[in-house]
Amino acid sequence: MALEQQTPPFVQLRGVSKFYSGVRAIEDVDLSCRRGSIHAILGENGAGKSTLIKIMSGVVRPDAGTVTVAGDQRHFGKPSEAVRAGIVSIYQELSLMPDLTVAENISISDPPRRLGLIDKRAQDRRAEALLARIHCEDVDPRALVRELSLSRRQMVEIAKALGKNPQLLILDEATSALTSGDVETVYRVLAQLKQDGVGMLFISHRMHEVEALCDTLSVFRNGRHIETFAKGARNQGEIVKLMIGRGIVHQFPSRPAAQTREAHLVVDKLSWEDRLHGASLSVRKGEIVGLGGLDGQGQKELLLALFGVLRDVRGSFSIEGNVTSPADPAEAKGGTNRIALIPEDRKTEGLMLGMSVVDNLLSAAYDKVTRGPFIDPEKSRKAVVDAIAKLQIKVARPNDPVATLSGGNQQKVVIAKWLMTEPSLVLLNDPTRGIDVGTKQEIDRLMRSLADQGTAILFYSTDYAELIGLCDRVAVMYDGRIVTELAGDEATEERLVSAALNITSAPQEGANQ
Amino acid sequence: MSATTPDASSPTVATRRASAITRAINQNRGFYGAILLLGVLYIVYNFLHPRGFTTNVLIANTNESVVLCFVAAAQALSVLTGGLDLSVGAVMTLTNTIASWLVRGEPWQIAGGCLITLAAGTAFGFTNGLIIVYGRLQPIIATLASGAVAMGLALLLRPTPGGDVDGDLGWAATNSLRDLLETYGMFDDGNAAWVQPIGWFPVPLLVIIVMVGIVWIPLRRTVTGRTLYAIGSSEGAAFMSGLPINRARLVAFTLAGFFAGCAGLYLAIQTGVGNADISQAGVYTLNSIAAVVLGGISLLGGVGSAVGAIFGAMILRVISFYFRVLSIDPLMQTLVEGIVLLAAVSLGALRTLRVKNRLELFR
Amino acid sequence: MAKPFSLPKLRTDDIPVVMSAGFIVVILVLGTVYTLATIGTAPLLTPNYLLTQLQTGSFLGIVAAGMMVVILLGHIDLSVPWTMTAAAMMATYVGGDLAIPTGLAVGLAVGIVNGFGVAYMRIPSMIFTLGVDAVMRGLMVMLTGGFSPRTESTPLMKWLAADKILGIPVAVFVWAGVAAVIATILSRTAFGKMVYATGSRESATYLSGVRTRRIVVGSFVISGLCAAAAGMLLAGYSNKAFQGMGTPYLLPAIAAVVLGGTHILGGRGRFIGTLVGVVLIVLLNSVVSIMQMPEAGRQIIYGLVIIGMLLVYGRTARVTG
Repeated sequence: MALEQQTPPFVQLRGVSKFYSGVRAIEDVDLSCRRGSIHAILGENGAGKSTLIKIMSGVVRPDAGTVTVAGDQRHFGKPSEAVRAGIVSIYQELSLMPDLTVAENISISDPPRRLGLIDKRAQDRRAEALLARIHCEDVDPRALVRELSLSRRQMVEIAKALGKNPQLLILDEATSALTSGDVETVYRVLAQLKQDGVGMLFISHRMHEVEALCDTLSVFRNGRHIETFAKGARNQGEIVKLMIGRGIVHQFPSRPAAQTREAHLVVDKLSWEDRLHGASLSVRKGEIVGLGGLDGQGQKELLLALFGVLRDVRGSFSIEGNVTSPADPAEAKGGTNRIALIPEDRKTEGLMLGMSVVDNLLSAAYDKVTRGPFIDPEKSRKAVVDAIAKLQIKVARPNDPVATLSGGNQQKVVIAKWLMTEPSLVLLNDPTRGIDVGTKQEIDRLMRSLADQGTAILFYSTDYAELIGLCDRVAVMYDGRIVTELAGDEATEERLVSAALNITSAPQEGANQ
Repeated sequence: MSATTPDASSPTVATRRASAITRAINQNRGFYGAILLLGVLYIVYNFLHPRGFTTNVLIANTNESVVLCFVAAAQALSVLTGGLDLSVGAVMTLTNTIASWLVRGEPWQIAGGCLITLAAGTAFGFTNGLIIVYGRLQPIIATLASGAVAMGLALLLRPTPGGDVDGDLGWAATNSLRDLLETYGMFDDGNAAWVQPIGWFPVPLLVIIVMVGIVWIPLRRTVTGRTLYAIGSSEGAAFMSGLPINRARLVAFTLAGFFAGCAGLYLAIQTGVGNADISQAGVYTLNSIAAVVLGGISLLGGVGSAVGAIFGAMILRVISFYFRVLSIDPLMQTLVEGIVLLAAVSLGALRTLRVKNRLELFR
Repeated sequence: MAKPFSLPKLRTDDIPVVMSAGFIVVILVLGTVYTLATIGTAPLLTPNYLLTQLQTGSFLGIVAAGMMVVILLGHIDLSVPWTMTAAAMMATYVGGDLAIPTGLAVGLAVGIVNGFGVAYMRIPSMIFTLGVDAVMRGLMVMLTGGFSPRTESTPLMKWLAADKILGIPVAVFVWAGVAAVIATILSRTAFGKMVYATGSRESATYLSGVRTRRIVVGSFVISGLCAAAAGMLLAGYSNKAFQGMGTPYLLPAIAAVVLGGTHILGGRGRFIGTLVGVVLIVLLNSVVSIMQMPEAGRQIIYGLVIIGMLLVYGRTARVTG
């Protein structure tokens, strides 16, 4: 500790903030990364980790604050400038071009040249040397990236980063796609890099990995840097508490007393590709079931499978006892299924941004407002007015493009458009992400009142507080399965986070209660 | 290297080399498939032809193919970046009419005329690139419109077919290497000893090889050339890797103009006249797309090469030779070409059957 | 009405329409100045002349109406030229009462094939429709031996294309009818709204439970039918079908749609804009022909006008990873 403080930090962030259309991503963050140290960044989904990395690696500019590298203040405009300063990021196979060879990808931005032309042999040798460093001799430099498995691609991504001579290496969930053998190799390489004086910023959801590798840990929450401490200074339970934080001011609608109604949706061992591995659950009428877990554990795929978007889904599900397998969303919303899906990305999946609020509101329910092929102006006007009133959508003129609305009101339009179809099962894919607290509460209240009218609701959220506050039951997903189900009153943040991180022994509860 | 390599590793080296060949074939299945198809089609054609396997047949055939080869190479450059250039046929026609005015007179005038013609094509391509990169227009629509401009300029230059392109050059460029040397009295009228073994080689084929050799092969080995592929393969990843995306696009469309200029120049030298024929321009544009697809270039970009497009163009031409040698009604030709194009793009569409998440179809 | 002189607030969609309309006035003024200076009269402003222009413009107008529906999807239909020709040739070939149904059947078939290739096989429309155009041309060349068929248009086709009711060409009524149908489809039916939605964001429309592939097929069918109708009218106007009769209509049709403010990537555009665009192109055409401008000048003007307008409206977003 004393030794570390003698060397000045390699990268230093002071008062860095970034807002996306008014919503805080990170605010007033101070952080320093030293050479020869592995520094873990911990935080819940949406804590601001990825924004932090984007700022450090030059993908986005901060709105405020300074970034100092090796004593000089820097303003990175694009990724290549950060690379030149020695800050190299390993993305989750984001920066590989699938149709180019491994060697070409590794040397893409600065290939070895002879007489001004790319020297393919030198390029192959370079790739071979870098791959040998991470013990990937079996990867042929002349193979196309698209021929490789996901784990090998990730290793190529790591080799590519090493080839840029990093002073600070940022690993964003870089090990999540690796096989256990490759993970071991990467650990050894990271240890070697640390010896060589390279600094590393390590973002991972795997707690044991963080414990094994890192010497410094920083916890982020809600876009703020909460605390930095040396490894071993706090136990897992304390770390989880730091990640969750206290003082969440969010009122949830009161939960009705548990009723035993008949099951509406019964999902039996759904499997799809390598994303779902036999997920089973049921949702009763009038019940809100939360889907928890870390990002990318199959929650989105489960909802898409129920909605008829995925092809070759194995397993089955039934609605009110009738086994169904919709071939597309049109079948999912129609007939006896009456499913609605509030998608994840409202900009590409929920809304036609260029079109008016009216057109968006009606887009799923034209069969309700037409007479023959023609739209009945009176019916559609009434439906639109009702929807706007019911969800209190703030819109100046209903014929304005929906893009002119605020994020929260856009999300209300998506929900309203689906409520017009009078669904009996509502699937929600993280509908409150990036939305202000007020609108969040309105949406929560709306969901509860829908449930009270008998609608079954399956609600995926990355916000644990919401899962606990709103849902009657929470099913936590890990690796394409439901690993834990918690009834509403059993669900605590500790339990949810532990289940999501797949820590077998939950932190001691009640220590402070 | 081999001295220090232990004996035990020799088989590994051998297998590695063998697997490298299989790999190269697997990675470029479309490209090697095109070569194979061309080879088979052309050999069978020569068997059917009464004077098959003679230099004269080869020369005649390559003469008929050069222009389309250049137009296909032009199209290949824009398709690799994931765009389409619908002006290649029109630019070819424009440069054809330019050449019909300039490529004549004294040798220095002829040379200058050739250079100006190629420069005009290149400049037109560069303008296309500027409109597409900095005007941020969709390549297909921008080039559809700029193609009309090129066509209009061509019509201004040659309202009716005409011109008087240097005949010697026309003869020299469309025959064997020996004829070329003889025409210009070089190397003992082409009777020098070293010429003998290669004297039969068709000049048109040589023209393609030289042009592709001095432009395409070096381009592939520059960062700009690699960026072309990167854009077509994944524009987002290319951006994240800090590649010069705008420069590469600009170069792609500029070189497309250059190759279209080559096509127009050769057409003028070959036919001796300039002809602003709208339907001919359209046919060449259509065939260039078919050639690109047949030559193993993905219409989504990132896969294939200009060389492949040239083989694709040759396949199209050989198919048309069959109409003559089998005395099939030439009226069938357009139909067959259309069906070949539809079949080729449909093969590429098979991937949609493998998509498991239907949302991916929309990206 | 209460305040006749107050200008209504312009929406973004209206700007191209207004600008194109303004451009029409500019063309009329410039053309009239030219004719006054050279021949001392103003034929451009006489009703008869304008009606004749509308009559020939009706063919383009009908093609453009169908093309617009496809462009609203973010696609394009390059098979229009030989769909027109094929429909006209088949109609005159069959003759009699079945002539027009036969021609329309050709358009329907082409539309279904195009739609299938684009929607179900997901082949870029630019290429697929180009291939279909080549196949149609091949079929027609084979059928006719490369010459124009000798059969004449039926009397009904001639009447529709060349006759007049109350001094107004019947073709203009046909165009008005087609325009009314397409405008109604686009603004008053669920199908029309789904066309816009699909062109705006196909993934979001699909997730709204709309069968977007059927919408795409339906739109290509509309385009095929419109092209077929225009082809038959053109054959009626010139008494018979001939090789390449549709070719001069492709680029002007796209130009008319784009100039009228329809977004080339789909999702935005008003039908009135396409009408204005067609009138603009027709008047541009007639002025350049009064000026005896050769084909060359026409091509250059089309190209430059499209590029110029696109630089104002058609710019795409910048890629940032």
